[in-house]
Amino acid sequence: MSSIEERVKKIVAEQLGVKEEDVQENASFVEDLGADSLDTVELVMALEEEFETEIPDEEAEKITTVKLAIDYIKENLQ
Amino acid sequence: MAKRRIVVTGMGMISPLGNSVAESWQNIVAGKSGIGLIDRFDVSQYATQIGGAVKGFELGDYFQPKEAKRFDPFIHYGVAAAEQALADSGLTVDEQLAPRFGTAIGSGIGGLGLVENSRLIVEKSGPRKLSPFTVPGAIINMIAGVVAIRHNLQGPSIAITTACTTGTHNIGMAARMIAYGDADVMLVGGAEMATTPVGIGGFSAARAMSTRNDDPQAASRPWDKDRDGFVLGDGAGMLVLEEYEFAKQRGARIYAELSGFGMSCDAHHMTSPPEDGRGAHAAMQNALNDAALNAEQIDYINAHGTSTLAGDIAESRAVERLMGAAANQVAVSSTKSMVGHLLGAAGAVEAIFSVLAIRDQLAPPTINLDNVDEGCNLNYVPHTAQAREIQHVLSNSFGFGGTNGSLLFSKI
Repeated sequence: MSSIEERVKKIVAEQLGVKEEDVQENASFVEDLGADSLDTVELVMALEEEFETEIPDEEAEKITTVKLAIDYIKENLQ
Repeated sequence: MAKRRIVVTGMGMISPLGNSVAESWQNIVAGKSGIGLIDRFDVSQYATQIGGAVKGFELGDYFQPKEAKRFDPFIHYGVAAAEQALADSGLTVDEQLAPRFGTAIGSGIGGLGLVENSRLIVEKSGPRKLSPFTVPGAIINMIAGVVAIRHNLQGPSIAITTACTTGTHNIGMAARMIAYGDADVMLVGGAEMATTPVGIGGFSAARAMSTRNDDPQAASRPWDKDRDGFVLGDGAGMLVLEEYEFAKQRGARIYAELSGFGMSCDAHHMTSPPEDGRGAHAAMQNALNDAALNAEQIDYINAHGTSTLAGDIAESRAVERLMGAAANQVAVSSTKSMVGHLLGAAGAVEAIFSVLAIRDQLAPPTINLDNVDEGCNLNYVPHTAQAREIQHVLSNSFGFGGTNGSLLFSKI
């Protein structure tokens, strides 16, 4: 089974239409990976589905980089 | 000030008979049918199980994967046809042209399939599982929006929605915008993808569609004694309209002039025309008036001709009255016999066929017209295309709500 890091990067690449190798941990969805506000909403939904969890809107707004997404999943996944 | 003249300089099409103008027209001229059994969903419970589907459409030719999944198929078809039309026109949009270049692209129903699926998501998983693109991916004016964003078209951006007259109205009103001076170039047309469970079920409930499920290719048979309703088709048609002097100056290839446009309303019934087709007659007469032409100058009419019992007769009567003594000279055909009824895209697809009839001096046929119904007395170009001199063409569209439009194209 893939690590959380790998799974998050794969989803980011798919959702934002970028290459997996461009999805660095410190990359910002909007500034580095070309996402707009709607893309980031869709991305969070895809993460929710992959990890079978619900991310509250106020938390979702803070997830702006690949690393923040990985950290959130790690902290909140049983 | 002399009236600004409007010409057609680019065309694009996705239809049940091909994913380009050239392929679709080749099949139209050959009298082929694009109708078949619907295979996108289980149709076993539906009275009507047939439609005109788009086949072999390569989404990746027009969209990045990330972008493609956001949109309903009607937007896919519309954007694809728009890209074709723009490329065909040879226009490049620079900073000077951008604010003078607009869009008028509609749809009869819009993203019906996406709305249906979204409702299922709400039922199954709750509203939080709706995509942020649910609304922008389904609304009718988003083809105009996407095309404008891609090509920096900063002029008027509208989407007229008038059921089956949508395509015709967008073309005609965009021409008026150019004539009035709002723009020099307009990308115009319509798109539709309504062969969905609710679309097929809804039109079936209205008893509007053919149920000839055992012989799909013979189901759309305008003016034939055995017609039993229209056949729903999918696709899109787009045209580039340009002010004549502007087009000449840049050395554009000009297909035809859009010399007239007329509108009317039946003010009669939600879904049926009056028996005498007076609304249809008024729309055609208004188009003639706009072009300052007489009826006997019309060589070909691309009829609305949906293959419904009441509609075909009413339109035929309207044409007889319009043409008077010249009624036996005009060719009148329905290309819906081959592609089906594309609703909001119909007027645009048929405008393109009308323009090509002028280019090739060829009236496309009405297929399946084996036994002409009583009271239908015109040359409906049965089965086989007819080579003839074509200077002026009318293209008719009549929609639910009694809304009518007629475009007049002329050889230039």
